[in-house]
Amino acid sequence: MLRFLARRLALAIPTLILASMIIFALQQLLPGDVATALTGEERDPQVIAFIREKYHLDEPLPVRYAYWAGGVLRGDLGESIRLQKPVSELIVEKLPVTLELACLAMLVALAIGVPMGVLSAVKRGQAADTIANGIALWGLSVPNFWLGILLILLFSVELGWLPASGYVSPFESMSDNLAAMVMPAFVLGNAIAAVMMRHTRAAMLGVLGSDYVRTARAKGVSPLRVTLRHALPNAAIPIITLGALEFGQLLSGAVLTEQVFSVPGFGKLMVDAVFNRDFATVQGVVICTAATYIALNLAADLLSAAVNPKLRRA
Amino acid sequence: MSTGTPIAEATGLAAPAGTPALIQEPGTLAAFWRRLRARPSAVAGLIIVGLLILMAVFAPWIAPYDPTATDWGNVRGAPSLAHPFGGDEVGRDVLSRIIFGARASLGAGLVSVALAVSLGLPLGLLAGYAGGWIDGAISRLTDALLAIPFLILAIALAAFLGPSLVNAMIAIGLSATSTFIRLTRAQVRAVAAEEFVEAARAMGNPPWRIARVHILPNIVPAILVQATLTIAAAIIAEASLSFLGLGQQPPEPSWGAMLNTAKNFMDEAPWMAIWPGLSIFLAVLAFNLFGDGLRDALDPRQRT
Repeated sequence: MLRFLARRLALAIPTLILASMIIFALQQLLPGDVATALTGEERDPQVIAFIREKYHLDEPLPVRYAYWAGGVLRGDLGESIRLQKPVSELIVEKLPVTLELACLAMLVALAIGVPMGVLSAVKRGQAADTIANGIALWGLSVPNFWLGILLILLFSVELGWLPASGYVSPFESMSDNLAAMVMPAFVLGNAIAAVMMRHTRAAMLGVLGSDYVRTARAKGVSPLRVTLRHALPNAAIPIITLGALEFGQLLSGAVLTEQVFSVPGFGKLMVDAVFNRDFATVQGVVICTAATYIALNLAADLLSAAVNPKLRRA
Repeated sequence: MSTGTPIAEATGLAAPAGTPALIQEPGTLAAFWRRLRARPSAVAGLIIVGLLILMAVFAPWIAPYDPTATDWGNVRGAPSLAHPFGGDEVGRDVLSRIIFGARASLGAGLVSVALAVSLGLPLGLLAGYAGGWIDGAISRLTDALLAIPFLILAIALAAFLGPSLVNAMIAIGLSATSTFIRLTRAQVRAVAAEEFVEAARAMGNPPWRIARVHILPNIVPAILVQATLTIAAAIIAEASLSFLGLGQQPPEPSWGAMLNTAKNFMDEAPWMAIWPGLSIFLAVLAFNLFGDGLRDALDPRQRT
């Protein structure tokens, strides 16, 4: 297991380094002089000179990357020019909000996707399967920002049941926090629910066709018990590992969901930074996302290997 | 002449007279077409895609108004006979903007996926067929790109390139490239292990000829399915970027950008939000339906 971990880490670290290079190189896409572009609206030559100095813009690209990467390793993601704050501080401030949203969304996705997947696998080819597949297709095709707008239209504008925006910290008021988060969590979880449903259906179909399930059926175990006690635990492994990989999708979706509902999280930070031409913040958010995604990938691999020793040789 | 094959005749399994010959050749284009037609959802997807493309191409002839012409009498005008989908915040006809908006959405979907395939396919072929350090280098690069979630990479690229529809297409295309590299590489490695490739190599065919004549045709179906499903994702991505203001710039119409303004007038003019969203949904659904049907129709395991 330790050797497996070492091998996986040996793959993950170069991946992260290469990803950081790509993210750093994004700067080169800026039209015109980088220092002028980085300062945004500011035309003060002193500020431009300061930026040129701070980001070592007179040095060749590899040297600049080394300075930047060195900073990233020490937890220094640069300064937000717009907000006059270290990027790392901004991220630490916003991350819990997005994590709460992501966890709630995952809960929604599991609560909808897994039962629907189990049902459609058990009732394969029947009406319930067709309906579940239809719902999944709907979940995959509806743009989540539009779904958000429709929900606001219904529950905030028409019915007045839920606030359209206005995030409240759970430490201030748990109920207000949940009231503000229920729509964003549903919108974000909706698309993932469709993916989870498809994973669950495929995993359940695989397990339901296996010999031990047939044996259990032959012994006269009730269909419900066969499904829930015999089949589902074994199908859970691929569901959990594939679910972990959906986290990247969750972060992508959070960008738009937070924008629609004005949730002050990671995604809103990125979009605001894009508009303010606050490129250090954009890069900081992207590298944190990539690092999170690589770590989750690694965790999913380790989890699969812990459960299934055969995979450790792969 | 009988319609059956010699073996079918010899074993007494010949098809009854009048059965088209293509039933005995499950690999042909005609047979593929027949399997696709047997799936109503795929056909529905194809028809909607076709109608949307016609709408985009013939937009100037179909749209009742100029999509950028403002009309102060129709500011946030409710749907009426003259303006069936209503008016927007400066009185432009929403229906005409929806019709013209198809150009941005479908154009972005097709162009960005064409870019992703034209970059990803050769790189994947190279990685899968050459192996060694070339494979290692391309695969690490793919892993690194895949580590950045698709939409986040597209937003970052679009942010640095600057907001415009063309830049959004480039950003989406580059973000989708890694998927095609990985898929092509996996397919190439699977096909290259087949005996007919070994035979072609033993006969002294040069590597580029094996790649082009023997491997490429066998991986086309998988690429085609992925491309169709990626168009759906690219349409959502374009709408997302335009919604954030990073795609199509005003006053040119785009469904995503229309939703962005609609968000500010939700209580007074909900129709501004309904139609663009419905259009995105329909386009994405159509490509997803068609892609799923294509996959089923091309999957050899489904052949009978």
